[in-house]
Amino acid sequence: MNTHEVSPDTHHDVYSKTVFGFWLYLLTDFMLFATIFAAYSVLSGNHFGGPTQKQLFNLDHATLQTVIFLISTFTVGIAGVYTHRKKRGGAIVFFLISFVLGIVFLGMELHEFSHFIAAGSGWKKNAFASSFFSLVGMFVLHLVFALLWVIVLLVPVFRFGITARSVLRLTCLKMFWQFLSIVWAFIYTIVYLLGIV
Amino acid sequence: MSLFGRLGEHALKHDWIEYAAGVSIVGGALVVIILITYLKKWGWLWREWFTSVDHKKIGIMYIVFSAIQLAKGLIDGLMMRAQQATASGDCMGYLGAEHFQQIFTAHGVTMIFFVGMGVVFGIINLVLPLQIGARDVAFPLLNSISFWLFAAGGLYIFISLVIGVFAGTGWTAYPPLAGLKYNPGVGVDYWLWSIQISGAGSLLSGINFLVTILKMRCPGMKLMRMPVFVWATLATVVLVIFAFPILTGTIGMLSTDRLLDTKIFTADYGGNPMMYINLIWAWGHPEVYILVLPAFGIFSEVVPVFSHKKLFGYTSMVWAIAVITFLSFIVWLHHFFTMGAGANVNAFFGIMTMVIAIPTGVKVFNWLFTMYRGKVTFTTPMLWFMGFIFIFVTGGMTGVMMAIPGIDFQVHNSLFLIAHFHSVIIGGVLFGFFSGYSYWFPKFTGFRLNEKLGKYAFWFWFVGFIVAFFPLYLLGFMGATRRMNHYPAGNGWQPLFIVASIGAFLILIGVLFQAAQLYKSIKERNQNKDTTGDPWNGRALEWSTASPPPFYNFAHLPEVHSRDAFWELKKSKKDIVKRKYEDIHMPKNSMVGVNIGILSCVMGFALVWHIFWLAAITFIGILIALIARLFVKETDYYVKAEEVEQIETRSRAT
Repeated sequence: MNTHEVSPDTHHDVYSKTVFGFWLYLLTDFMLFATIFAAYSVLSGNHFGGPTQKQLFNLDHATLQTVIFLISTFTVGIAGVYTHRKKRGGAIVFFLISFVLGIVFLGMELHEFSHFIAAGSGWKKNAFASSFFSLVGMFVLHLVFALLWVIVLLVPVFRFGITARSVLRLTCLKMFWQFLSIVWAFIYTIVYLLGIV
Repeated sequence: MSLFGRLGEHALKHDWIEYAAGVSIVGGALVVIILITYLKKWGWLWREWFTSVDHKKIGIMYIVFSAIQLAKGLIDGLMMRAQQATASGDCMGYLGAEHFQQIFTAHGVTMIFFVGMGVVFGIINLVLPLQIGARDVAFPLLNSISFWLFAAGGLYIFISLVIGVFAGTGWTAYPPLAGLKYNPGVGVDYWLWSIQISGAGSLLSGINFLVTILKMRCPGMKLMRMPVFVWATLATVVLVIFAFPILTGTIGMLSTDRLLDTKIFTADYGGNPMMYINLIWAWGHPEVYILVLPAFGIFSEVVPVFSHKKLFGYTSMVWAIAVITFLSFIVWLHHFFTMGAGANVNAFFGIMTMVIAIPTGVKVFNWLFTMYRGKVTFTTPMLWFMGFIFIFVTGGMTGVMMAIPGIDFQVHNSLFLIAHFHSVIIGGVLFGFFSGYSYWFPKFTGFRLNEKLGKYAFWFWFVGFIVAFFPLYLLGFMGATRRMNHYPAGNGWQPLFIVASIGAFLILIGVLFQAAQLYKSIKERNQNKDTTGDPWNGRALEWSTASPPPFYNFAHLPEVHSRDAFWELKKSKKDIVKRKYEDIHMPKNSMVGVNIGILSCVMGFALVWHIFWLAAITFIGILIALIARLFVKETDYYVKAEEVEQIETRSRAT
């Protein structure tokens, strides 16, 4: 944090401004997902002769994904605690655990995508498939960014240790990851659970 | 797929009118480039403007960009008026149907996104930090990125005139017409990326200004002590934060429909085009309040100053803004009562729409009561306000008429609607901006605008508006629909169309007077100097610093004890205690914003023409620019107290 105490200037409170700004960003991202959720809800019954949710979804697969992502969110939380205590080793280890879990989740999701395409429900097939791929694809896109973000932020932490700036940035990353887990909870409920019943 | 995707020499084939437009754009750009090179100003432009993170310079760049767009949108409007004044019966007019539909689409996009949004964010950038007594916005670099994304999106309006075509779908691009099946060309793609990229910029601005307002007010400025313009901006950015992601998501799905052949808004394979119309207006209706609320804020600053009274009903003003903000999200369906959502749904949205007139009416009466028994001086900003009252109230009342679904079924998509929304957008947003422009001009340049030419400009705009748009109300009742390039002679519309085109011509004269005013004011700037920093006897904090303000805005952060902080300070006649100057913490300039703008512009262009390798390279370039920024160590610096003292004594001396 900036410790220059000469003047009470307007740039002193970088941490709280940035974290608040990032909260607002997450809110906008939530609105973006809400829009695609709305589209999915409207279109989820329009199979146009293609396979339905019941034929496609494997609830065990989705539940396993959910568990993995929740664990990764937990480890991201621990990494956040280590970050705030400026414990470099713990922060790096737990961010890396989350990273690996994220990769596993990503692999499972891509496997599911390829399974759907093979089963005749690719994104061009019908409105249901299109909106499914838009919604879950948007989630995957966010996750890819999060994974990239972990690498980009961990390199300087590894080299220079935890500075005030890296606390701020890793906190934002942690918030982003936790935001994604909330979005996934909605996807699991609205897409998978409601799709199966 | 070839190296250049869909781009080939056919992209340059146009009719002679488009060639003329293209030549004038390319020629104009060349003249500007040669002039800058000749004057050796590139380095200065790059250092002082393009890479600047100063909110005042960014605000001026927004407004200059919007002025160029306004000229372009105005020419579109004049072309449409000329077409409709002549194309009756046997005469087909001088524009082909294809070209005409591109013009009305481009006109709408230009005016809403690049004039409306541009002047709104321009004025907010200029005024807001000064009014809350801050030295900059919360995230100065993000502000620069926002501007350059906005400008990058706006460039497609011009690029599409030279290379390829623009959308011919209307400015909201409803599918399935805007889908792949019925519009496989590049026009809709230009529309998509133009709005997607500039929309991202607006969204980031929204976040930036909300943090600025909530976190950076000077000591003592409680929420209920903020100037009403700040309240209006707060409401606007809240709307941006909630509404713009809907736009991003919606046209994002339209672009996957077009790029990846998904079936979300298609008419077949189970897609639902009507959902697009719902979603686009779930953004689109808040959008009109995003545009008009800052204008309300401007008038709330202008009217008290020129009535020499404090604003009537501050608290009700704030509550009116809050209520409008809330209601603006639950009225979107009134844009398509005729879709057939059912009587109950239509009734709900109709009533909500009518309810919005109540807080708006509160505001109108508050302004009028502020004038009542005040010592009103009829300066140019005040004339724009009074023109606004007349035209905006007319537009508002016709809006309430159309809020009744039964009436709306009669006038839906007719010229009555066109007259309505031009009344509220020109009368509200543009007149508000012009009022603010003449009010705050001396603050940011150090000299006043020429009053006489400003008044001429106002009267030509005002009379021109009435002559141009009131006939459209009548034409709407007579059954004339919007977006016609030709109509039968027997229905007797032509005389009114001719009157409307005369009005458009009067507006053009008004704009020319504004250009003349700017030119003359700059030429005679030494006679009209504002040395006090407070040329109008103002009330809010922006008038407490020098004109133009130093780059750090305030040498000492102001302290506020009441509303109308500067007014109270002047009244108390307290001698300002000479305090010691201190070091000031300021952000450094950065080229990240302009680089991201250029890369996004190329990326959008590549996606329009399906040059996917180029899109990938530019996208990676954007990521690299952002990641590289993370490793920049010195992003800000301290202005030394001695330097501050020098600047302050110099500005006091002149």
